[in-house]
Amino acid sequence: MKRLSWFNITSLTVGFAFLYLPMVILVIYSFNESKLVTVWAGFSTKWYGELLQNDAFLDAAWVTIKVAVISSTFATVLGTMAAYVLVRGGRFLGRTLFSGMIYAPLVMPEVITGLSLLLLFIGIGLDRGVMTIVLAHTTFSMCYVSVVVSSRLVSFDRSLEEAALDLGSSAWEAFRLVTLPLIAPAVIAGWLLAFTLSLDDLVIASFTAGPGGTTLPIKIFSAVRLGVSPEINALSTIMIAIVTVGVISASLISKRNAVKAQKDARAAERAEA
Amino acid sequence: MMRRFTLIAVPYVWLLVLFMVPFLIVFKISLSDAALAIPPYAPTMRDGFATLLSELDFENFVFLTQDDLYWKAYLSSLRIAVLSTFLTLLVGYPIAYGMARAPDEWRATLMMLVILPFWTSFLIRVYAWMGILSNEGLLNQFLIWLGLISDPLVILNTTIAVYIGIVYTYLPFMILPIYAALDRMDTSLNEAAEDLGCSRMQAFWLVTIPLSKNGIIAGSFLVFIPALGEFVIPSLLGGSGTLMIGKVLWEEFFNNRDWPVASAVAVVLLLILVIPIVLFQRNQQKQQEAEQ
Repeated sequence: MKRLSWFNITSLTVGFAFLYLPMVILVIYSFNESKLVTVWAGFSTKWYGELLQNDAFLDAAWVTIKVAVISSTFATVLGTMAAYVLVRGGRFLGRTLFSGMIYAPLVMPEVITGLSLLLLFIGIGLDRGVMTIVLAHTTFSMCYVSVVVSSRLVSFDRSLEEAALDLGSSAWEAFRLVTLPLIAPAVIAGWLLAFTLSLDDLVIASFTAGPGGTTLPIKIFSAVRLGVSPEINALSTIMIAIVTVGVISASLISKRNAVKAQKDARAAERAEA
Repeated sequence: MMRRFTLIAVPYVWLLVLFMVPFLIVFKISLSDAALAIPPYAPTMRDGFATLLSELDFENFVFLTQDDLYWKAYLSSLRIAVLSTFLTLLVGYPIAYGMARAPDEWRATLMMLVILPFWTSFLIRVYAWMGILSNEGLLNQFLIWLGLISDPLVILNTTIAVYIGIVYTYLPFMILPIYAALDRMDTSLNEAAEDLGCSRMQAFWLVTIPLSKNGIIAGSFLVFIPALGEFVIPSLLGGSGTLMIGKVLWEEFFNNRDWPVASAVAVVLLLILVIPIVLFQRNQQKQQEAEQ
């Protein structure tokens, strides 16, 4: 029964080829000797060398990482608070507005989010730069964090928290000692999601960045507008490599944890019997 | 009690200040007039509240209906978003189907392979197609080598390239919800249909498709909504002939520096999006209720 039909094999092969071939081609051509990206002229790593000497790119990369680390950390704290309020907060004045504000940024076109934040920053006279990008990124990524964390909060057993409260811990202790460890995987996933969203964002950063806040996507976009360049291929290859290693190791770790949890459960069953 | 208040107030105030207020500002500026000043619109809050209210009008919205550029851009964005959503469904459904029917031990890997591109930079994934679709690009080289064509096809900087870009970048959003729906499905239903005399094709149309309906709807909204306001894909892959409202808004703001018109464009775009968003939410709610 569980044998794949020819149709399924074909659709999977063609589908994944479509998903991956463009990136494979990009990676291959980053090792191309020729400046012309479409003509193969032999293997070379010279574009990587040139990239490492390009201060503009390195500066932009540094700004991007700084923005991503700070904004995703803020977003994780705020998003987790928001998720807790939504799932456990009960009723309060303006709850509907609150949940609306959590979900709306997820579907808001980036151009509108960017435009509206820029108009706010100009309106209150805030100088645009790294700080304004951090504020903007924190705002939209906290909503993603909150969605990830609240789905975890909904699914776990509330009586564990109640037990901690019955046994004399304060609300904060119950959260720190019981809830937080249980939702930790979702919080970490939320942080990673916020981090990637921030690394990736071009449109909102373009609106909210000042002269001092050129991030890597802004830099890449302005270079790419002029056409394909081997340096950008090299840069893309490095970024693809980092993501691939990250995602594969994350999935291996979670798989190992799942296996371990299964073993523990079996051991507990045996102990009971 | 104090702690509960803080817990609610901090994210609440953050979103009010950085989401709600900015949006109200956009709305207000869309009712203002362009002016040669800093900031480039009038009236501003400094003119006092009474003058502010009396001078706001819907002039910019009237302007949007009069100038061809805007309603053509909205229509063409809608057309591109609808058609590319449909194409993404055509490409994504067989992949999701293949994944759901694959042996159990493959599933985790296949799932990871679908999610991996999502973590890779959007910009890079769009950029990858620039080298493939250009006149001297790999696709043309390949087709000429095959002898199918003698002159390169012009694909980059046309609307076709925009379709390819949208299908490519949003494909995971289509595959995942459909896969989730197909994965939950009981395959013995198909067997029952075949036992009762349906052909395989009939069983697919009459059983599988209706049962994966929720996944199809969810996936289609997840592609349609962001595609409508898309900026990166039309500006890198599309040409001057590709009109999309996200790009128009960007140019209105950065190149023409007409803030009131840019704001009006944003307000209308949101009004158009409200309908699919509400429908999407209703679909999600129905699904949740069905699961409970």
